[in-house]
Amino acid sequence: MSVWTILVLVIGGSLLGGWLFRKAGQQATGNKPFFRDMPFGVAFGYVFGAAILFWVVYTYILARTLPQPDANKYFFFRIAIEGFILFSIVAWLFRQAGRSVGTPLTRKLFRQMPLTASFGLLVILAYAFVSIFAGVLAPYGQEQIIPGVAANIPPGGDPAMGGNPDFPLGTDQIGRDILSRLIYGAQNTVGIAFATTCLAFFIGGSLGLLAATLQGWLDQVLSRAVDVLMAIPSLIFALLLMTIASAWAGSERWLLTIYMVLIIAVIDSTRVFRLARAVGLNIVVMDYIEAAKLRGEGLNYLIFKEILPNATAPLLAEFGLRFCFVFLTIASLSFLGVGIQPPLADWGTMVRDLAQFINFAAFAPQVAAAPLLAAGAIALLTVGVNFVVDWMLHRSSGLKE
Amino acid sequence: MSRLLTMKDVHIEGRSDEVWSPIIKGVDLHLDKGEVLGLIGESGAGKSTLGLASMGFCRDGVRISSGSVEFDGIDLLAASAEVKRGLLGKRIAYVAQSAAASFNPAHKLIDQHTEGPVQHGVMSRAESEADGIELYRKLRLPNPDEIGFRYPHQVSGGQLQRAMTAMAMSCRPDLIIFDEPTTALDVTTQIEVLASIRDIVEEYDTAAIYITHDLAVVAQMADRIKVLLKGDEVEEADTREMLAHPKEDYTKSLWAVREFKRPQKPAVHTGATPVVSVQNVTAAYGKVDVLHDVSFDIHEGRTVAVVGESGSGKSTTARCITGLLPPRKGVIEFDGVALPLDYRKRNKMQLRQAQMIYQMADTALNPRKTIGELIGRPVQFYMGLTGKEKRKRVEELLEEIELPASQYIDRLPSELSGGQKQRIGIARALAAEPRFIICDEVTSALDQLVAEGILRLLARLQDELKLSYMFITHDLATVKSIADEVVVMKDGEVVEQGPKVDMFKPPHHPYTDLLLSSVPEMDPDWLTNLLTERGVDNIGDAAVDKMG
Repeated sequence: MSVWTILVLVIGGSLLGGWLFRKAGQQATGNKPFFRDMPFGVAFGYVFGAAILFWVVYTYILARTLPQPDANKYFFFRIAIEGFILFSIVAWLFRQAGRSVGTPLTRKLFRQMPLTASFGLLVILAYAFVSIFAGVLAPYGQEQIIPGVAANIPPGGDPAMGGNPDFPLGTDQIGRDILSRLIYGAQNTVGIAFATTCLAFFIGGSLGLLAATLQGWLDQVLSRAVDVLMAIPSLIFALLLMTIASAWAGSERWLLTIYMVLIIAVIDSTRVFRLARAVGLNIVVMDYIEAAKLRGEGLNYLIFKEILPNATAPLLAEFGLRFCFVFLTIASLSFLGVGIQPPLADWGTMVRDLAQFINFAAFAPQVAAAPLLAAGAIALLTVGVNFVVDWMLHRSSGLKE
Repeated sequence: MSRLLTMKDVHIEGRSDEVWSPIIKGVDLHLDKGEVLGLIGESGAGKSTLGLASMGFCRDGVRISSGSVEFDGIDLLAASAEVKRGLLGKRIAYVAQSAAASFNPAHKLIDQHTEGPVQHGVMSRAESEADGIELYRKLRLPNPDEIGFRYPHQVSGGQLQRAMTAMAMSCRPDLIIFDEPTTALDVTTQIEVLASIRDIVEEYDTAAIYITHDLAVVAQMADRIKVLLKGDEVEEADTREMLAHPKEDYTKSLWAVREFKRPQKPAVHTGATPVVSVQNVTAAYGKVDVLHDVSFDIHEGRTVAVVGESGSGKSTTARCITGLLPPRKGVIEFDGVALPLDYRKRNKMQLRQAQMIYQMADTALNPRKTIGELIGRPVQFYMGLTGKEKRKRVEELLEEIELPASQYIDRLPSELSGGQKQRIGIARALAAEPRFIICDEVTSALDQLVAEGILRLLARLQDELKLSYMFITHDLATVKSIADEVVVMKDGEVVEQGPKVDMFKPPHHPYTDLLLSSVPEMDPDWLTNLLTERGVDNIGDAAVDKMG
């Protein structure tokens, strides 16, 4: 069967099925409002969703029961499904724990929390824990080439597949332990990203609120400068500046990391500036700001005591998102070779170093997983932070009445 | 007469913090064909919720938990979405409070007008368009042939409200719900809308539920009045009966609100230096003058009410006095000394002497600060008090505005009611120990009973502290109760000014006369009499325009 036939069959079947489903529901429940007022699109959605769910379950069973090497085709699919279920359970347990332990305030917080947010929170906490205690947790050093151990051991730790139980995630191209490098990578990548985001917020936030409060020519100058910076594609701009910076840094490779923090912070502060200015402009028109001005309050008091407390919710939400972008930018720069410099472990560099193994995906998925581990670590944190930010945005908009 | 709408023992609940709490606690309501029922009550009484429930509709987070709503033999609570679709807009229509927010700004009025009839298959697009123009004419909109082809922003507020009434009428419904249709309008505009709504409802024998908090308005519109208080019915009676003999205490208290009057104060010494003197002030936004040669004095312990419609320059005058908008020409004197025109050039002492209370307490109080911080800041800033002394002073101020200090000092503004927030605004102004306070429409966002409390508080404070007030308002009832002197403004000019007693006695300047006669009275025949007096084509906007 061609893809088109399948597509037509599934959608056509769902259309027919949706109609039958609604009809049957109306018959069975004696015309309850749920089925009576159900639009056809919704009925179609139910049946179509059920069809997709059926396909997922069917494929998963195939992945578990097929003999090798056919099962390899479904390896990543299986991992995704199992990971999804595992994470859901862990997030649920975490939320249950949060509901029964802690102060009344945190308990209330956990009671209202959606599962996605508790998952995101757990991920962030786990990453924070790992990066703080990297030195204790990692079995080897990040730059340690372990003597007598082969390079390129595939992850899994199964000797039959060429793995080594001492190195559950395998070793990289020069024989360093990938698990240790992942753990140290959390420290380097996440730590540097966090510092960069803080700096970007300090620059963009303070200038943005200042522009909103004073307006006039200062606002014009700052806003136009920001427009110019934003007009240049940010990754290419960062790449360009990093190339120049590497000439300045010369042989002092650690200086390059500091340049990178500054460059990304300045580029990202333009986005923060825009948000802070927009939020600030909405606040400065309030009567309480006018009242404070008429009282004779100074600029400092206006910005930090009157405006900032009302801008924290959107700024905090932006902080989460911005952190993800900064983090991805650093990883991208490292992948391109101008970011965090070796021998420091960094997830972007790790993906690049092991990238050629992705070609093994079709017949030896375990080997292909090696570069994906670091990529997965990046993705997981990004998703987690976004879940938490979504939740915070939802809460802050709810609080605003 | 046959019964059109019957609501029996309706309970409505609203969801907050994951708990369902009652909004309407078992209200019965019935309406005959062609009858107009007035629903009145304070904000939070559940008027709008009940009005929407009569269409079988609930806002998000609200549900009808029990009771029945029957419209012309159809049970609206059990009706399917399909049946309701056929009713809403066609046989039941809704006119919202803010027409400006309810029209889609991206479509022309007539396009939105014809949507209902065409969707319901009542008329073709061309028929509906012709009918819309006919309705515009009946509602006395200017240029009825063209006005429909404008976008909502090209039409004034009062005209939009009438266009919305026309839209509700487009399918000739049996029932229209009017949800405070004139609350956001000026008095002169309000009359026009009231008159046209009343006429058209009568002409097509439409039944209506008229929701408002203004008794005088409902007295003109309704055949029968139902009073609500916190989701419960207080009483219901025919309009004349209710106005003449209210039974319940709550209803009587509503009726009595307008009776607050201050004793007449002795005349000011000639030659006494006024606290604030505005002399020949002309001010502009950009290049356009919005104030022309405005002059008036405010003496110690006196209240000067500045009256006028929106756009007349009342608030601009206040902005000139506070120095937010430095006037182009003219002088502002305080105690006989000219003030710097820009507030940034005034010293702390000068800033302290003149304080301001705002219309919207919601935006005038920083939502992230506690009451103690809000009132404490001017205490610390101007008086230099800190720690225990500051707290003691804040507690004194809270006592002054009749709020128990221990209970309120640590709350956030969002935890207070509208009237309490306005009191905090007053306390913050008092904290500076000023001699002069500008009150910018301080009561217009409040319910009548609450507003009266605020007025009494302001009057008491004035007597105790010898304060001078500049009282900006468009509500002449408020002027009657609190002012010593009145300044009437129109298009940025002072039309007439003088002591209150003189202003409310004829002869008036024609504009003052128009304003005064436009204030609705509790007499159910007031509107009819007024319209006969003025002649149909000479009301509201038309009258203002004629005056030039």
